[in-house]
Amino acid sequence: MIRVELAKLFRRPRTYVMAALLCALPFTVAVFLATTRIPPPPGQGGAFLSAVLGNGALYPAAAMALVLPVLLPVSVAVLAGDAVAGEAAAGTLRYLLIRPVGRTRLLVAKLVSLIVFVLFAIGTVLVTSYLTGTALFDAEPEGSVTLPADVTSLSGVAITPAGLAMRLLGTVLYLTVSMLGVAALALFLSTVTDSALGAAMGSLAVLVASQVLVTLDAAASVRPYLPTRYWLAWIDFYRDPILWRDIERGAALQLVYLVVLLGAAWANFMTRDVRS
Amino acid sequence: MIVTRDLTKTYGRVTAVHGVALEVREGDRYGLLGPNGSGKTTLIRMLLGLVYATRGEIEVFGLPMPKRVKEVLPQVGALVEGPGAYPHLSGRTNLALLDAAGPGGARRDRRRRIGEALERVGLAGIDGRPVRAYSLGMRQRLGLAAALLRRPRLLVLDEPTNGLDPRGIREVRDLLTELNEGGTTVLLSSHLLAEIEAFCTRVGVMDRGRMVLQDDLATLRGPTGRVLLDTPDGDRACALLDGRVEHREGQRLTVRHDAPHDLNTTLVTAGIRVAGLVPEQRSLEQVVMAATTTSSDRVEGSTA
Repeated sequence: MIRVELAKLFRRPRTYVMAALLCALPFTVAVFLATTRIPPPPGQGGAFLSAVLGNGALYPAAAMALVLPVLLPVSVAVLAGDAVAGEAAAGTLRYLLIRPVGRTRLLVAKLVSLIVFVLFAIGTVLVTSYLTGTALFDAEPEGSVTLPADVTSLSGVAITPAGLAMRLLGTVLYLTVSMLGVAALALFLSTVTDSALGAAMGSLAVLVASQVLVTLDAAASVRPYLPTRYWLAWIDFYRDPILWRDIERGAALQLVYLVVLLGAAWANFMTRDVRS
Repeated sequence: MIVTRDLTKTYGRVTAVHGVALEVREGDRYGLLGPNGSGKTTLIRMLLGLVYATRGEIEVFGLPMPKRVKEVLPQVGALVEGPGAYPHLSGRTNLALLDAAGPGGARRDRRRRIGEALERVGLAGIDGRPVRAYSLGMRQRLGLAAALLRRPRLLVLDEPTNGLDPRGIREVRDLLTELNEGGTTVLLSSHLLAEIEAFCTRVGVMDRGRMVLQDDLATLRGPTGRVLLDTPDGDRACALLDGRVEHREGQRLTVRHDAPHDLNTTLVTAGIRVAGLVPEQRSLEQVVMAATTTSSDRVEGSTA
């Protein structure tokens, strides 16, 4: 079933459209930055954006910071919201279940294909942004990478390109884990309603609310439990030494959301009448 | 093959299926009839484990459903409320994905099986066009091909001829007849009487969630004890048969008589010319109309 889900994912044009849209955003930003050479003022704009002017190799990290807050979660929510509800609307859900595909297997396969989508999307963004970064911006001469001052507390620490690659890998993994919570939420809603749009909308509403509450001091008491609270913790990969505390908390929080929401999705889907 | 006992499904305050005892025997061509909204589809969905019963038992192949879904469904082919396919993929790809999704679809002979199924339903020549571009009839045939993909012992078909033209309906009926003769049990649901009458040997009639009638078609359509007589000598026939003529319209007389052959002898002996003589049978329509009440998609105004 997992193979079938992956085949469906990669045979569907929208998968590539979504990935292309994700790649287009950092590319557009890079073109503006490279032509004007106006860096965002310190403390504003996306992370790493002023640093990339000096070193294009850092651009993949900047690209992550650009797609993470909105575009990536939106695409995950849309896909995950469509996962079960879309099959129901197309009339294919009943035929899969009659085939028979176990309901648990179906859910697991959907989740796996979502994870693969996130990895695929982030991968394409990394590759395209690395290419644009090195093509449009200067490279550092001595083959090492200086961590940007606006992110690291210790300015000007240099790491090797291999070190940068490792940190990027860590970033990819952390973002994937962060997206798991979104995927599980939208998947759960997707088993509740037969409307893919409704499921996507519902999960986006939760994410937006969470992002608003994260910045609200009055909501400080619930802040550690908000799903988006630790989304930006991947920036800690670019400190020297790497600051693991928030990364670990963020990953643990996402896993809790994943287990709870996936459990709810499973319980709901197993006992539900399929009338679509 | 299929036995249900006191099968009931309620949605909130609405009882969609109420105490149904369905019995489909091996080799049957079972026709499930009933007006729209009479609970046919809900019943079929319960048989297939899509909808869970509120009360009652289901046995398919002697195994309890939905507990033994994994053993039962691989031997069942089904078409429920219209075909379902991924519109951006071709018909063949759709069948291949469906086949790969579940157990018992060996990869080696998948292409061959898909080819065979498509041939059976008259789609052997389809190209790589996406299903989006298919006509309603083609989609219906594709859905049927999906149901036939693994040579099921039992076919459960809900309105299989939707969207087909008269020739297509005939082709599907011939296909089902052929499959049935090869040992496949067919459960067919429809609100089209003619379709059921032309194909089925056994009929169940549902009305407002209840199974109001279930019997062999031949029994249901048994002779009414009347004979339809066509004769140009109407007056003489009336005089001869004296009081047995219940109705007369032009040359056609409706005669109360149990033995048409004896009636014929009587008439001919008396020198009455007989143009036609047929024992009257109830039509399935009459049977169903007598058994069902109103069409449930009719919404009557309340009489205040």
